[in-house]
Amino acid sequence: MNMVELIAQYPLLAALVALVGLGAPFGALLGYAAVRFRTEGNPIADQINEILPQTQCGQCGYPGCRPYAEAIANGEAINKCPPGGQATIQALADLLDVEAPVLDEEHGEEKAKTVAYIREDECIGCTKCIQACPVDAILGAAKQMHTVIASECTGCDLCVEPCPVDCIDMIPVEEGLQSWHWPLPQTASRNLDVIASDASPEERAA
Amino acid sequence: MRRIHDFHGGIHPAENKLQSLATGIRPAGIPSQLILPLAQHIGAPSQPLVSPGDRVLKGQLIASAAGHVSVPLHAPSSGQILAIEDRPVPHPSGYSAPCVVIECDGRDEWVEEPSGIRNYRACEPSALLEKIRSAGIAGMGGAGFPTAVKLAGKPGAGITTLIINGTECEPYITADDILMQERAADILAGVDIMRHILKPQEILFGIEDNKPAAIAALKTAAAGSDVEIITFPTKYPSGGEKQLIEILTGKQVPSGGLPADIGVICQNVGTAVAVRNAVIYGRPLISRITTVTGDAVTAPGNFEVLLGTPMAHLLALAGFSAEKCERLIMGGPMMGFTVSGAEVPVVKTTNCVLAPTTREMPTPPPAQPCIRCGLCAQACPASLLPQQLFWFAQGKEFDKLEQHNLFDCIECGACSWVCPSHIPLVQYYRAAKADIVKQRRDHEKSEQARLRFEARQERIAREEAEREAKRAARKQAAEKRAELAAEGGDEDPVQAAIERARARKTAQQGTAPANTPDGGVKQLAALREKLAKTEQRLALSREAGEDNKIVTALEATVQRLRDRISAAEQSPAERETP
Ligand code: SF4
Ligand code: SF4
Ligand code: SF4
Ligand code: SF4
Repeated sequence: MNMVELIAQYPLLAALVALVGLGAPFGALLGYAAVRFRTEGNPIADQINEILPQTQCGQCGYPGCRPYAEAIANGEAINKCPPGGQATIQALADLLDVEAPVLDEEHGEEKAKTVAYIREDECIGCTKCIQACPVDAILGAAKQMHTVIASECTGCDLCVEPCPVDCIDMIPVEEGLQSWHWPLPQTASRNLDVIASDASPEERAA
Repeated sequence: MRRIHDFHGGIHPAENKLQSLATGIRPAGIPSQLILPLAQHIGAPSQPLVSPGDRVLKGQLIASAAGHVSVPLHAPSSGQILAIEDRPVPHPSGYSAPCVVIECDGRDEWVEEPSGIRNYRACEPSALLEKIRSAGIAGMGGAGFPTAVKLAGKPGAGITTLIINGTECEPYITADDILMQERAADILAGVDIMRHILKPQEILFGIEDNKPAAIAALKTAAAGSDVEIITFPTKYPSGGEKQLIEILTGKQVPSGGLPADIGVICQNVGTAVAVRNAVIYGRPLISRITTVTGDAVTAPGNFEVLLGTPMAHLLALAGFSAEKCERLIMGGPMMGFTVSGAEVPVVKTTNCVLAPTTREMPTPPPAQPCIRCGLCAQACPASLLPQQLFWFAQGKEFDKLEQHNLFDCIECGACSWVCPSHIPLVQYYRAAKADIVKQRRDHEKSEQARLRFEARQERIAREEAEREAKRAARKQAAEKRAELAAEGGDEDPVQAAIERARARKTAQQGTAPANTPDGGVKQLAALREKLAKTEQRLALSREAGEDNKIVTALEATVQRLRDRISAAEQSPAERETP
């Protein structure tokens, strides 16, 4: 009995055999691909971490941005990061495709960016601030004057509290000529947000 | 005859150029004070080399370039340094910025007769570039990009076409026009130097057809040379780099790319003159041609003005009536910006000081909603969709803005000009661009903070692991010792405790093996030996500074052995006495 006859005789069985025959190698292929091209770590947490401001201040209640990113990936609220503020919440909401909530007041409010400054003649060289700084932005050694590398400071505030002589100030980052940029026009108002046909009756009357 | 191409969009605003062309170039003289901002160019601000009180001479270097993309600064006239301080500068922000202020003595003494390279053709291009760099030349068309950096270009990027931009498409401004009329030969001399540096296959000189006198002058000066003078119909903004390239070559610069990517480089006519002065005469860039115009001046015209001259000085020469003028603009009506006051100085990029009356340039009426007429898209020379960009800019949808090529916008203002709803579209784009740039910078910074944070975490973990490993090694060593001791005697504390209890028991029972005098002596000797050994080990452990637990354990053992020895020593005596 040849193949064609067999198939003609048992069409159902032949279809079954064919499907299983196809399924097995493809399944094996997929299984192999899953092992071979496994993505390292937790990609969604990585993407969230990309968006967080990396201030590492812990105001969100987690020991740094990365742990908070992992918590968000596991369903934590996205509005707990004050340094990131509304812009970060918006970006997270876009990424996770959810509605953007307002910043959770409990964790602090969005403030202007600051940078730590050590009043150097008052510094006693206790190294406490060095131990507190999450990004190694403070230079110094025991009994030596300490100083902040301003370009590396994230303004997280964590070094202020441990200083026994209170010689660390958080100074707002000033807007200079180099950082200035055109603001959005002042005229930006409700009546620009709509095309004429979308305007409310009052606006149309106006 | 070369085929002229057209670019998409463009507008035809009123030219208003004749007012300032009535007279030739006039010298602006030496003002009492020169205010020289340290940042007159794109790139890092220059570093001042003088201090207040110093006397400087004309052409003396007063600030050096800070890095590759930066230019040095020279004293435009002789005098004394009054201060290096923050002064209002011509910038849309209206901020003050560090400036070198020179109190001029009016003698205008040169630092020394500058030496030029007359025979530049025999010179290496790199030497000429160095000359241009040290002369402090930054693009004089308006952007202010360091010319030497632009001419040096990317190594390996062969430049096939050098374009000289004599378009000056913006209304009111005639500084380039008058320069071409009066100093065509100087311009061509500068072009020749650039030819020697770049070695292009062709040199195209683009000029709008609304400047017949300039065209005639150039054609005469360029007769016999291979510089092609190309005229084309007037349309704003044909002077935009990418637009001019398209008009002259038909090629489009790819989105997000530079002209150099398609082998083209553009230079402004004013820059060409500055290059000539720097190379042939060794003169640094200390003056420029600036148009002063607008209905608020009675004698508009073009002035050869020292850099740093306060605009007030220039305006006075042109018969300025302050009461007629509401705002002062640096640049033209399309791409210029309002300056904070007449005290701001003329800088390397000041091609025009515009003093319009309120009637001439009224404040725009309030913006109305977009009616989706599409006029802006028709006018946009960069083929963008301004109404869409406006939409996204309002919503701060940055990725959509980038997808719609916001960064190809040349901020020409054509879209705002045609918009029937008077929406200040360009301002939205400027703000959005700046926001995006800031966001990128912030992201870079946070990326750096993340790396530093992670490096620190890693370091802490590593240190912890090292400490842990040391502890484990010490523990293991101690265990080994305890084992050895257990073999050699009752070193182990637990064992020792059991032993002690047993000893006490036997002592109580009075059946100590030390009953016989012989046995007692032997036991005593063994105990003493053990004590000596333990003490030695204790000393060693202490020296090595080992864990407290081990030391205390050893100490306890020593104590116990001593007790036992003294007990053994006493027991025979005790037994003898009763
Ligand atoms: S509050 Fe924001 S910046 Fe601070 S650690 Fe948490 S995620 Fe990072
Ligand atoms: S210096 Fe202070 S404020 Fe700045 S990052 Fe370090 S701990 Fe935070
Ligand atoms: S300002 Fe930008 S968007 Fe508007 S017309 Fe000019 S290039 Fe186009
Ligand atoms: S020209 Fe003005 S009104 Fe017309 S589509 Fe553009 S933005 Fe809207």
